Amino acid sequence: MSNTAGKKTPLYGEHVRLGARMVPFGGWLMPVQYSGIVDEHQAVRNAVGMFDISHMGQFIVSGTGARDWLDTMLTNNVAKLDVGQGQYTFLLNNNGGVIDDLIVYRTGDAEFLLVVNAAKVGEDFVWLEDHNVGQVSNLPSAKNRKLEACATLKNRSASFGGVAIQGPRVIDLFHELLGQDVELPARNCIRDFVIENMPVSVARTGYTGEDGVEVFFRANDAAKFWNLVLERGKKIGAKPCGLGARDTLRLEMCYPLNGSDLSAERNPIEAGLGFFVDLEKRAFTGRDKLLDTKTNGARERLVAFKMNEKGPPPRPHYALFSKGNRVGEITSGTLSPSLNIGIGMGYVSAASAKIGTPLEVEIRGQKFPATIEKKPLYKKQS
Amino acid sequence: MNVPDDLLYTRSHEWIRREGENIRVGITDHAQAELTDVVFVELPKVGAQVEAQTAIAVVESVKAASDIYAPVKGTVVEANSALTNNPALINTDPFGEGWIFALKIEKADDLKNLQSAQTYKDQIG
Repeated sequence: MSNTAGKKTPLYGEHVRLGARMVPFGGWLMPVQYSGIVDEHQAVRNAVGMFDISHMGQFIVSGTGARDWLDTMLTNNVAKLDVGQGQYTFLLNNNGGVIDDLIVYRTGDAEFLLVVNAAKVGEDFVWLEDHNVGQVSNLPSAKNRKLEACATLKNRSASFGGVAIQGPRVIDLFHELLGQDVELPARNCIRDFVIENMPVSVARTGYTGEDGVEVFFRANDAAKFWNLVLERGKKIGAKPCGLGARDTLRLEMCYPLNGSDLSAERNPIEAGLGFFVDLEKRAFTGRDKLLDTKTNGARERLVAFKMNEKGPPPRPHYALFSKGNRVGEITSGTLSPSLNIGIGMGYVSAASAKIGTPLEVEIRGQKFPATIEKKPLYKKQS
Repeated sequence: MNVPDDLLYTRSHEWIRREGENIRVGITDHAQAELTDVVFVELPKVGAQVEAQTAIAVVESVKAASDIYAPVKGTVVEANSALTNNPALINTDPFGEGWIFALKIEKADDLKNLQSAQTYKDQIG
């Protein structure tokens, strides 16, 4: 097995003990599956599943200038966040391309928690640090520009771990953990709890399309917390889940994966994620380019598609055709365990990006019909 | 991991069962466990003449597509069409119902290049 180079999360020992298949991912050794991707996928859709997200980066940004500075670095409107609220947002390069997609939480009057992708921790931190030098000069107070840092930036990734607990029975699980009176934070909000003497932050968010939370704790508490959830969650069907199910779940929801659906060459407007960009803000890195794309239209757009028939699953880098012409390439693709048919996303020329457009996916020299669908591809039956 | 003693094996994780002039081929228990849930199988065409070590079938899991190779030169005489509707047979019964194709072999001598169960066991550790 290819257990080669890779950092280990504080839950590594638990994964191995549970018989997980470990794979390198973003510089880490992570579980891709325990019982099986499809089984874990269904556990999340029907009960509850727990994922190790300790590999993700956690930065603390604090100080009186933190909010204004973050608003110049991120696309969404940080100023709109009350204490305890969070938002999905992008860190862009000067050309509007995506360095990372992340969630920023306002954890105090002048304190923010940024949860970033594992493979991007180093790059994000350097980028933020390099721009943390009084460049709030874009603001009207340019004359008063100071050369000291705008905010205090701290990378706490190594000393903290985290899990995502996802699925319709997450509330039942928290009743088991904290009693019947416990109230989870509202959607996109974060709140601190103490569970069995462990201080934890619980954020109502996720990457699966189900109700769920992401829980952050001290690295020293990781194994204890993990085992507590599995033990208390046993009777509601809680299962440990790996990166494999995480990918099929997020793709059914059309949530982008940085490095596949997002990259330094693509901006959030092209990716169809303009909702998380506030162009009304006076200034943020990449804004000019996004305004230009918004005004003149994107050359290519990220679309979601579904195969018309059963067949080989679509996969990244397969070519997409429309009326015989090559119009783009798949960035994410898989067999959807919920829909039992091939699904994917890819960038196609704007003219071929309308919902309902028939596409063809080239798989080993043969073309298979698909159709561009509205996002998300999976909707919960209620 | 199950590695039946009465079969031959390739380095690329196919098993081979001798049936007179024909061989039946599938992927090993180890291979199916590595691949995880099989969701699609592309079968070779019956009648196709195939060379040793050429990719003639594809087994796809949720995560990846893997080529399956002809262990020796021959002609495809059977393809397991049950896999079209139930590709998971490769996971549940890799050495039985999960067989992939059968070849009429050209030279019985070619089989000498394949590995014994013991050698394969050593390979997968």
